[in-house]
Amino acid sequence: MPERPVVLEMEHITKRFPGIVANDDVSFDLREGEVHALLGENGAGKSTLMNILYGLYHPDEGEIRIKGSQVQLGSPRAAIDAGVGMVHQHFMLIPVMTVAENIVLASEPVRDGVLIDMRAAERRVGELSERFGLQVNPRSRIEDITVGQQQRVEILKALYRNADILALDEPTAVLTPQEARELFEIVRGLTAQGTSVIFISHKLNEVAEIADRITVLRRGKLIETLPAAGATEQSLARLMVGRDVLLRVDKSEAKPADPLLSVSDLHVIDERGIEQVRGVSFEVRAGEIVGIAGIDGNGQTELIDAMTGLRHVDGGTVVVDGHDVTRVGVQAHFDAGLGHIPEDRQRRGLVLEFSIAENLAVHDYRSPPDSRFGWLSPGRLIERATRLIREFDVRGGGPRTRAGGLSGGNQQKVILAREIDRDPKVLIAAQPTRGLDVGAIEFVHRRLVEERDEGRGVLLVSLELEEVLSLADRILVMYEGEIAGEFPPTATEEQLGIAMTGGGRGEEAA
Amino acid sequence: MSTPGAAPPPGVDPSGLGPDVQPSMIERYGLAQRAEGFVAPLLTTVLAFLVGGLVVLITTGKNPVTTYRAIFEGAGLSWFFEVGNYRIGLPFSDATVWFPWNVNDFESVAAVNLQQTLIVTTTLVLTGLAVAFAFRCGMFNIGGQGQYIVGGIWAVWIGTSFDGLNPFLHITLAIVVATLAGAAWAGIAGFLKATVGAHEVITTIMLNWIAIWVGSFLFGVGGPLQNDQQASVPFSNDVVEGAKLPILWGDPLLQGLHVGVFFAVAALVVYWAMLNRTTLGYGVRAVGFNPEAARYGGIGVRRNYFLAMAISGAFAGLAGATDILGWQFRLSTGDVQNVAGGLGFTGIAVALLGRNTAVGVALAALLFGSLITGTSTRNLDPEVFQPELASNLTLLIQGLVVLFVGADLIVLWLLRRVRTRVPA
Repeated sequence: MPERPVVLEMEHITKRFPGIVANDDVSFDLREGEVHALLGENGAGKSTLMNILYGLYHPDEGEIRIKGSQVQLGSPRAAIDAGVGMVHQHFMLIPVMTVAENIVLASEPVRDGVLIDMRAAERRVGELSERFGLQVNPRSRIEDITVGQQQRVEILKALYRNADILALDEPTAVLTPQEARELFEIVRGLTAQGTSVIFISHKLNEVAEIADRITVLRRGKLIETLPAAGATEQSLARLMVGRDVLLRVDKSEAKPADPLLSVSDLHVIDERGIEQVRGVSFEVRAGEIVGIAGIDGNGQTELIDAMTGLRHVDGGTVVVDGHDVTRVGVQAHFDAGLGHIPEDRQRRGLVLEFSIAENLAVHDYRSPPDSRFGWLSPGRLIERATRLIREFDVRGGGPRTRAGGLSGGNQQKVILAREIDRDPKVLIAAQPTRGLDVGAIEFVHRRLVEERDEGRGVLLVSLELEEVLSLADRILVMYEGEIAGEFPPTATEEQLGIAMTGGGRGEEAA
Repeated sequence: MSTPGAAPPPGVDPSGLGPDVQPSMIERYGLAQRAEGFVAPLLTTVLAFLVGGLVVLITTGKNPVTTYRAIFEGAGLSWFFEVGNYRIGLPFSDATVWFPWNVNDFESVAAVNLQQTLIVTTTLVLTGLAVAFAFRCGMFNIGGQGQYIVGGIWAVWIGTSFDGLNPFLHITLAIVVATLAGAAWAGIAGFLKATVGAHEVITTIMLNWIAIWVGSFLFGVGGPLQNDQQASVPFSNDVVEGAKLPILWGDPLLQGLHVGVFFAVAALVVYWAMLNRTTLGYGVRAVGFNPEAARYGGIGVRRNYFLAMAISGAFAGLAGATDILGWQFRLSTGDVQNVAGGLGFTGIAVALLGRNTAVGVALAALLFGSLITGTSTRNLDPEVFQPELASNLTLLIQGLVVLFVGADLIVLWLLRRVRTRVPA
């Protein structure tokens, strides 16, 4: 492959924040028409580097050159003018406006001096979308199109502003496998026409597939820039984490025994009167991990809430270890032998203002030895916290440390410790590795398999297909509030993906 | 739409709580409370006094320093500076011990002023705790005034009835009933929040007005609790001698300091212990910080809303009874309708400035108690002080404190924003 011209050079970038060096002498370059992946764990400095490129931060040291000339990117506007486009993980679109309106926002074509020339805008959007193979209807409203299409709108927005350097921040995090495939096609189409793409991710397989070159960051430092050809997931993970990581979960054959969780014909109607769970039945037996896969918003959250007593059950039964818990309170579920790792650890799993010791006591603080006659024993709380912090290797603080001050991985360890220490029969883990880095994911996965081998029943609900495939012994796919199919762990992502979108019945996912 | 591992866009997440958490006012308040300790409230106070001084200077042309000095002396705080060698008697014995202050002096101007200050401080501690406790459960109890009035009404009724009852029983009965009445009054708001989700700010304000007009009816001309002597004057009978709180320091006939000051001290201890050492307090704080996490953990959120509100009301009801039995002895329609000067409302400023901690509430109550006494028109020298400005200055500073508590959140938010520009 001939050496293509370099369009972007970021040289010796250093950015310090109080108490931390977010980028420490990082150099990064991008050649015309290539996909250069930026790989690293959370907190490795990827976002900082991209925010510098987009004019949101100013580097303390180093310089940026675009197409050979040095630039000062003082604001996003300056970055856009220099040809840099960015698609954030959280889309910045206005739901009630049309695709075309969103795309031309802030640089509308003007007619007669004052009026927005909507027709010209739509024409221009149509041209762009045809040229780059990004199919969207310029007249559709954002709220009516799928997440994948919204992402295309974001990309079009950047292209409309003549971006030839495009940064995509974790672009597949919100997509189904099929949509991710389509995105890869789009990225290839863009690079074929000379656009250069920075692809930010922590998913190793994607990076290995789409990128031409890969730059790995770890703790603010540049570890290596290497060609994607020849890089394996294992070698990338080692660069990213700094040690050997177990990527595939190492587990033996499941030995399922008696059913511990039985859900039969469960119906849940939400506040708006929409039936979110429509007659779901399944069992989780001792010693197995059952995975529930599905696109966000297909009733998984309502199902979990109903099983754990957080939501009213409109029909059917939930039985935990022989106890009917269909219509009892939350605490009664825990007492019946349920452990629950909620999907949003910061909002639901922990009281961030509470200390680790207080958070660990949330299920038990009303009864001895945590309290007697309504009087708490702080000593007992500290004692237990000290033990669990050691046992679960929680780092970053002691029993009195505020939970909010811990990193995501350590917060999750606190929750795991709390739920597992009560010796539950059934463990419901909802999105247990969401937002965690590779090291913490490994810990959580290993622990879930250990709990399975201890004879607990584990129900794993996750949006990450890879996670479900590698952990679960049986996989259920949820689609529009129903179980759309059961698969063995040997199923392919494509098979699951089809079930997740209603068996290819259409694209109206999510 | 929420996605894993999102680094928050810069500047969007001042709380440092991580992505997807939009902190509510209460959460931000909790953060500020934790983060900056004593610095922010002190700064708030200094700022309020500076602006207050500016108002004195501009509107009256008087020297604000002399004005504040006059307030300081009017509040009797100068008494603390008259240190000497004194001896006080120990209770239940003839022994005496050394004491730096002359408590036997209860007639000097400074001593009398200080007694008045402490009487007001007592009430403000209780009404401050009434706001603070609900705040710790994530609720804003604006109804302290109404709960205070309801407590006062019951204290008046019991205090003016049952003449001849054993004084200890009489006082205990009046206090217990008034406290429960305050709890019940606030409990209505808590119950409505827990069951139908009615916002406590709205319901407590409405309950204030109900209390005010019920009081106006009871003590008004022809009302069931109007006095027997003057049929045209809308106030109640005085509580009987046996129901009056014993005087601790000062002249019983000239509003000496009553034993109610110990209720305030006890309430502060109870407040701290209840929040930090009981399962009830654990639940209240969990719900206050994060109701959703509390619910996920199996804590009854609704139950805690009700309990926290009722306990808040108990503090305010106790405040009402303490005032009636301690120095006021009667209520008039004017008293219950005095909204701006109501000590129940001042409790909001006390709690805000005191950051909802026991120590903070005690100090803030002393500050406002001093201001109220120091600016009362009783001992004013028009040379240093415009009488028209007098009590308004208190209200002004009170308002400024509330304003700056909001403003210091902005300051903290900016600070935090700078700090959280650390990448996730």
